[in-house]
Amino acid sequence: MTDHADRAFDLSGALAPPMTNGELVFDAPWQGRVFGMARSLAERGVYSWDELRERLIAAIESADAGPPTAGRYRYYDHFLRALEALLVARGLLSPGELESRVRAFADRPHGHDHSH
Amino acid sequence: MSDDTPQAIRAAAIESLLVEKGLLTSERVDDVIERYNERVGPMNGARVVAKAWCDPAFKESLLADGTTAIGTFAFEGGEVDKLVVVANAPGVHNVVVCTLCSCYPWALLGLPPRWYKDPAYRSRIVREPRRVLGELGLELAREVEVRVWDSSAEVRYLVLPERPAGTDGWTEDRLAAIVTRESMIGVEVVPGQ
Repeated sequence: MTDHADRAFDLSGALAPPMTNGELVFDAPWQGRVFGMARSLAERGVYSWDELRERLIAAIESADAGPPTAGRYRYYDHFLRALEALLVARGLLSPGELESRVRAFADRPHGHDHSH
Repeated sequence: MSDDTPQAIRAAAIESLLVEKGLLTSERVDDVIERYNERVGPMNGARVVAKAWCDPAFKESLLADGTTAIGTFAFEGGEVDKLVVVANAPGVHNVVVCTLCSCYPWALLGLPPRWYKDPAYRSRIVREPRRVLGELGLELAREVEVRVWDSSAEVRYLVLPERPAGTDGWTEDRLAAIVTRESMIGVEVVPGQ
């Protein structure tokens, strides 16, 4: 394993281990959605959980090997990338349709910040 | 509250496409989240531990074949194809990690806590377990042997903590309430009552 990870082991901050049984698992709702989608599709047999796990291991490995990123370890970022990669590899989602949907959602009006 | 981080937008885009394609419904996703938040969690593992503390025959079968022994509980959640339960004892402390990703006995412990998935925990607990446990607040005597178990897709580990002093005559339910998730991963012990 890599050594740079040591520096990120901040026990007093956001990574401090919760010592109760009732910890909230997700930091943001989208993380729950990603997990819920990934599980639903596996439970329906669209893919096996092992296939997703292999993608997740690959995503985490490439992140571990890269330069350390600032801030909290973003586990669900990797999870999102893994799910996306698997869906694309399985032909269930095309990169083109995904990017255009992402653009469409990102452009949804906030009102004030659309001056054109 | 709206969440317009790039990840949130991306997740919403994927969900909307998958719903359109008929691969899932948003209600199903809601159900999965609710199930993991409310019905799959460390209370399941705590029940197993409490039973093992009270019933020597169950403890023996749990340590011999964890997968079969927990079959009687019919937990939801899956992800425990092969469960190996490792027992703490005087002079032996066990701790669990998944160095590759975040393999974890979900049906017994719910979803893994954030720190379990942290690259620092995953690498350091193998190299210097005693020190990491000390940083997590668990100081082990020098003569205690620390055993680190690396989970995988094939094998999930659960630590059977030692029953604490001061709990003689307690019911399983009462015992289950004091068993923490962290004690079943092995980063703390159940304190005396």
